[in-house]
Amino acid sequence: MWKFLLPFAAFVGLVVLFAFGLNPSRDIHALPSPLIGKQAPAFALTDVLDPSHAVSNAALKDQVYVLNVWATWCVPCREEHEALLAISRQHVVPIIGLNWKDQRERAKQWLEQLGNPYQAVAFDGDGRTAIEWGVYGAPETYLVDRQGRVVYKFISPMTLQVWDREFLPRIAAARRGGA
Amino acid sequence: MKRPAPGNSVIIALVLAGVMGAFAAFAADQAVDANGQLEDPGLQTRFEGITQQLRCLVCQNESIADSNADLAVDLRRQVREMLVAGKSNEAIFDFMTARYGEFVRFNPPLEPKTLALWGAPFFMLLMGGVIIYRVARQRARMPLDDDPAPGQTGNQ
Repeated sequence: MWKFLLPFAAFVGLVVLFAFGLNPSRDIHALPSPLIGKQAPAFALTDVLDPSHAVSNAALKDQVYVLNVWATWCVPCREEHEALLAISRQHVVPIIGLNWKDQRERAKQWLEQLGNPYQAVAFDGDGRTAIEWGVYGAPETYLVDRQGRVVYKFISPMTLQVWDREFLPRIAAARRGGA
Repeated sequence: MKRPAPGNSVIIALVLAGVMGAFAAFAADQAVDANGQLEDPGLQTRFEGITQQLRCLVCQNESIADSNADLAVDLRRQVREMLVAGKSNEAIFDFMTARYGEFVRFNPPLEPKTLALWGAPFFMLLMGGVIIYRVARQRARMPLDDDPAPGQTGNQ
């Protein structure tokens, strides 16, 4: 009996392991963020478009918002830009940009040419704020609730499908939770 | 032919050592960041140890000491600044883990959470040992090829 059951159990175990491990839709480089459920790191940076203007997430207290990490050197950021513009037109939540290790002039040009989906864009030229947020690639998109906690992190170019499936339900929940 | 005087060979050895030393210094120079080494050699040693233990999350199989990725450069700067500020190694690892998760450490601490990770090799060794033991015992019970099978008289 064991002679049959044991290899069979091992086989089933391997099938389950491979079904998870070799799933082609799983991004093997995406890492879980330890920030989920924790207080979002505070930042106070200058605005990309106007260096005399400050952008800080303290100003977004009691608001659900999205933080999108992007840069002009980041090819997938160009890919997600249309989706971000479409999302910003829905006026669901403010989208704050974090311009990561970029050049101000290039970032300005990008926003002027392609359109600006952001309520404000913070300029993180030396990447220090990105380290605080655990950014390790671009684009990355964070959702922060009314209590200032990181609720969700999405690593990859944003699409409208991802927005509808992953973000909208969480935004609705964050609004209910913080009422 | 005249053999070179002992004095000559000492000079040759010294020149060779000098040349090799210069090459070694050059090689070491390339392994160092644009910002150069830390002035305190003790801190520099700790810096090298820590950066070799931290994973570069862009390349994922390189340490931030080895990687040339932009993020690795930033993280090395972070480690260097924290060392100069007098932070302990543990504080630096905690800082990185709080932001990037356990995956950032090449040498994760032994905790209930990482028990499976640390225990798996020993578990597999144990299972292998059990299997070998059982196979060996089974074989020991089998008759040898040149033993006459029971009932056979071996009249050849």
